[in-house]
Amino acid sequence: MKAPSASPSAPVTSPPRSRLRSLALPALLFVALAILPLAALAASAGYVLDLFTRVMIFSVAALSVDLLIGYAALVTFGQAAFVGIGAYAVGILSSHGITDALVALPVAMTAAGLFALLTGIVCLRTKGVYFIMITLAFGQMAFFTASSLAPYGGDDGLTLADRNTLAGLALFGRPLVFYYVVLAVLIASYALCRSLVASRFGRVLRGTKENALRMTTLGFRVYRFQLVAYVIAGMLSGLAGFLLANATEFVSPAYMSWQRSGELIIMVLLGGIGTLHGAIVGAAAFLLLEEWLAGFTEHWKMIFGPLLVLVVVFVRGGLIGIAAALGRAVARRFGRG
Amino acid sequence: MAEPVLALRDVRKQFGGLVVSDNVTFSVAPGELHAIIGPNGAGKTTLINQISGVLMPDSGTILFGGRDITRLGPPERARLGLARSFQITSVLPGFSALENVALAVQARSGSSFRFFGDAAGETALNEPALAALAEVGLADRAEVPAGHLAHGEKRALELAMALVTEPKLLLLDEPMAGTGREETARLIGVLRRLKGRFAMMLVEHDMTAVFALADRISVLIYGRIMISGTPDEVREDPQVVAAYLGDELE
Repeated sequence: MKAPSASPSAPVTSPPRSRLRSLALPALLFVALAILPLAALAASAGYVLDLFTRVMIFSVAALSVDLLIGYAALVTFGQAAFVGIGAYAVGILSSHGITDALVALPVAMTAAGLFALLTGIVCLRTKGVYFIMITLAFGQMAFFTASSLAPYGGDDGLTLADRNTLAGLALFGRPLVFYYVVLAVLIASYALCRSLVASRFGRVLRGTKENALRMTTLGFRVYRFQLVAYVIAGMLSGLAGFLLANATEFVSPAYMSWQRSGELIIMVLLGGIGTLHGAIVGAAAFLLLEEWLAGFTEHWKMIFGPLLVLVVVFVRGGLIGIAAALGRAVARRFGRG
Repeated sequence: MAEPVLALRDVRKQFGGLVVSDNVTFSVAPGELHAIIGPNGAGKTTLINQISGVLMPDSGTILFGGRDITRLGPPERARLGLARSFQITSVLPGFSALENVALAVQARSGSSFRFFGDAAGETALNEPALAALAEVGLADRAEVPAGHLAHGEKRALELAMALVTEPKLLLLDEPMAGTGREETARLIGVLRRLKGRFAMMLVEHDMTAVFALADRISVLIYGRIMISGTPDEVREDPQVVAAYLGDELE
């Protein structure tokens, strides 16, 4: 995988300095996630490790949502279905004694990608609110299908006997190893998305978001680009589902509920839409806030809801937007001094 | 005369009971600038929409380079070399001027299903884009977001986007609409420089621009072509003067 970089032969492009600066925040984020286990181990809190593993898994799913909403203007309200399909692939294979990631991972991603392809062919023929509703409808279809899978636990879900092995080695069973596996997957997913949006393909997607009719008259068959993006996002979410099943050692229809899809959208809005690293920040903020508030009161949602509304309404660009504004303010104050 | 780039034969379009294109027949020769004029509601934009493929005619045929394109959609027609600028300015506001044009280059050069590599740094896309920007006088505005450009500059940007697709025919839908007098003069200059490189079809209200640029003019009234001829012939036709030009040319 090739990360995008400023090519030296490029005559006119955004200046390398601003490009470097735009990568500073995600780099900081990943370094923080990489050294976090050391702090967690010092405090001997395995709980923190689990929590952040979860954060990173949902970050991967949120990345796929940001790819669709933030760069292709495809507001998907059924993304949790793909997470669930990835998770169920792990659960169902495992219940038949197939527990190696080398099988489970490709199956999870292929199944999610195939579901994206088949539903995308239908969904992408609609626009705007209809697109939102039809992705929601397909999401619910997946949810009810999973709920009725009696051999695989139906409503109650399915408990895994153990985490997947990797080429026969029980690596995922060790929390620290699993944590770094998930971090590696997150970084790879981020690099992939970053490269996608800067590529020719990504430019067409972004152009479609700006003005789809204009893209058509330029000669782009917009639908094909959107479909490919939809499948890529579906596979990424399937990947997140694979990780989620391994993290919780449990698979349930609840993974596919429409509330989950909504939460993924909120994560992206909270962090800052159309930035990619905003999806990671948003996932972290969402899950940590949820965890923290739930420690105070069982009615934590009464605080959580209004808080989300405030951020989304008043902070353009989400938490990333706040960070950028603060950064500028600090630079103004000290930069000239 | 060489085979026309564009030929319409008995093109008819009706919206309910209203006939907006009434058996329109005309052609555009290679390198020719053919202007369509007519009062508001004459069906000029409907005609352009049928030529670019946004609307399908009810009957009749449209030939492009001798090929029947009547049933092709806009992307297919664009690929055959039919470029269009819009009545309502239609650039991608969030993209820089350069990226707008580079995207148009991309539409014509190779596959856009490339998932890796930085498109913004591709010399193969940027060089023709910069050349086109220079041709329309926007070289020093390359990095400005298109949404921040002045109205006339957006018009010029649209021209640059059409240029790089190396069109066989360029449809210009009221390029002077909403531009000031100075900007109009500049755009006329740009179009005059481009004349002859490819055929152009100009739909325009600004009669100064039309008579300064056109090789041939067709007058469209109530969906019907009243006369096609050189600017002089049209200017002196008593019917046209009575029906339309009377008020336009003082």
